[in-house]
Amino acid sequence: MLQQAFNGLVGGAFYALLALGLAVIFGMLGVVNFAHGAFYMLGAFGSFVLLDSFGVNFWLALLIVPVVLGIAGVLLERLFVHRLAPLDPLYNFLFTFGLALILQDLVKRGYGVQSQPYPRPSALDGSIDLGLFTYPTYQVFVLAVSVLVCGAVWVVLTRTRVGMIVRAATERPELSRALGIDVARWVTPVFGFGIALAGFAGVLAAPMRAVNPLMGSDLIITVFAVVVIGGLGSVFGSVAAGFAVGLVSALGNYYVPSLSQTLVFILMAAVLLWRPAGLFGREEAL
Amino acid sequence: MILSKLAGRPVLLAAGLVAALVLPWFVYPPVALDIVCWALFAAAVDLLLGFTGLLSFGHAAFWGGSAYATGLIALHSGLPFPVAVLGGAAFAAALAVPIGFLSVRLRGIYFAMVTLAFAQMVYFIANQWRDATGGENGLQGIPRELFGLDLSDPFFFYYAALPFILGGLFAAWRIVRSPFGRVLMSIRDNPNRARALGYGIDRYKLLAFVLSAALSGLAGGLFTVGHGFASLQGVYWTTSGQAVMMVVLGGIGTLWGGAIGAALIVELNDYLATAGFEETGIITGAIFIVVVLLFRRGVWGTARDLVAARASRARPAPDNEGTKVEASV
Repeated sequence: MLQQAFNGLVGGAFYALLALGLAVIFGMLGVVNFAHGAFYMLGAFGSFVLLDSFGVNFWLALLIVPVVLGIAGVLLERLFVHRLAPLDPLYNFLFTFGLALILQDLVKRGYGVQSQPYPRPSALDGSIDLGLFTYPTYQVFVLAVSVLVCGAVWVVLTRTRVGMIVRAATERPELSRALGIDVARWVTPVFGFGIALAGFAGVLAAPMRAVNPLMGSDLIITVFAVVVIGGLGSVFGSVAAGFAVGLVSALGNYYVPSLSQTLVFILMAAVLLWRPAGLFGREEAL
Repeated sequence: MILSKLAGRPVLLAAGLVAALVLPWFVYPPVALDIVCWALFAAAVDLLLGFTGLLSFGHAAFWGGSAYATGLIALHSGLPFPVAVLGGAAFAAALAVPIGFLSVRLRGIYFAMVTLAFAQMVYFIANQWRDATGGENGLQGIPRELFGLDLSDPFFFYYAALPFILGGLFAAWRIVRSPFGRVLMSIRDNPNRARALGYGIDRYKLLAFVLSAALSGLAGGLFTVGHGFASLQGVYWTTSGQAVMMVVLGGIGTLWGGAIGAALIVELNDYLATAGFEETGIITGAIFIVVVLLFRRGVWGTARDLVAARASRARPAPDNEGTKVEASV
């Protein structure tokens, strides 16, 4: 039971990292990035290719892949997303949907649909005795790292000047602009950062999940449900909902296995009935 | 003036009808059936997107849900296929009531994400409820006959299905032209004003959602009987995306444009499949991106604007950058 809860939190770590990226991108640009799952998948494939073709180990991949994907995200924002931003948000949603299809099928064409193996880094092999039960070291590492990253983002957002600007621009872009903050200057790096986070989550996923072209497309729908539950505009809500959904699905899986996959959507429906803007969203955001 | 009269409805409607009637003579009949089924599906999605301002990314739930319902009725009851197909459409409409009730209160991108999530829920149920849906195997051997008449030849089934497709398209057209459709458009253009005028906008949106789902279900049911099987592919989210893609390619808010988008995408997929190119997402995704970036009015919308601009050359053409959805935000 406690172990199930722990499994849930580890699964929730991925939801939280992806939802966090989605939330900052949405907050800053008003763009729901359909390709977020594809970038997560690219992160996992990136670390696989780095190891397989260049012998680059996990730790370096954890550094290189997010940087490369972050740069790709910056280019993407500058070249395309930016142009569609003044139009109906639906156009960027559709644009990133097309992008997701292309990325997914490009990888499928290159590597097929079989899962690629990725070994755990040797330092994190084996398991740890957590007192009540033993648990794979790598999973503990994933949980710790993602809590750390979400916490660091939280600190940056609440305690630093950059964070203050980003939060202001996220919540009241018009007012921030009126107060002389150059919102446009922060939009591109935030987009890149969100993509980099998705890639980071992908690298983390590689040693414990199947690395295949479809790994992102199913996950992203669940992450959408997560951010709807948490409140799309809310960074805190997205992260909290990420861990909570992980926990609920793992416990649900334990008690009512037949509901395991639908549970998160049932949860979403319940939350929508009660609070249409999500648990931590603002009504006006609708 | 002559051109604009030519572009008027009767001529185009007749041309469309003739095209639908001769289609299987020029196109491989199963592909022809796919085209008209997807055309109706696209029209149903456009009813929401183009005329109500709601982007549903979850219509696979209705297309695919009806596919299973239709298949089950046809397999287990022995009733003729029209009954099964209408039963499937009714099932889709019933499924749309709770989903729509929860979704229509949200706007724009929220609506898209929530419909997507509900459709995925339907997908998981279809995947796990193996006793009824066959899980990964789907439903197979769905009969194609009508009172002893064997319709397993796709060429004949096309003509048996066509009246339902045309009926569905006509219904969509009537809905758009009706006073009810006018209210939908006023909600799309300015929801607050529509509410101020006393319309219960959520009720109108819900009804539009259910009607759209019923038409999608009709299309999905015919598709299923035509192929003789129902599969998980029908309820997967890429199916929803494909329908939206056809609408955008044809032109949002044009109703008939979706048929052109459907014809182009189905033909393209068929061509790629015959050429042994399985990763169709690379091509269709690229086309989609180009349309979204450069060609937002779609094939039909662009053609219509060109004709309109030529007809009124004296006056400067109206600046229609972007499409009608924009008015909804």
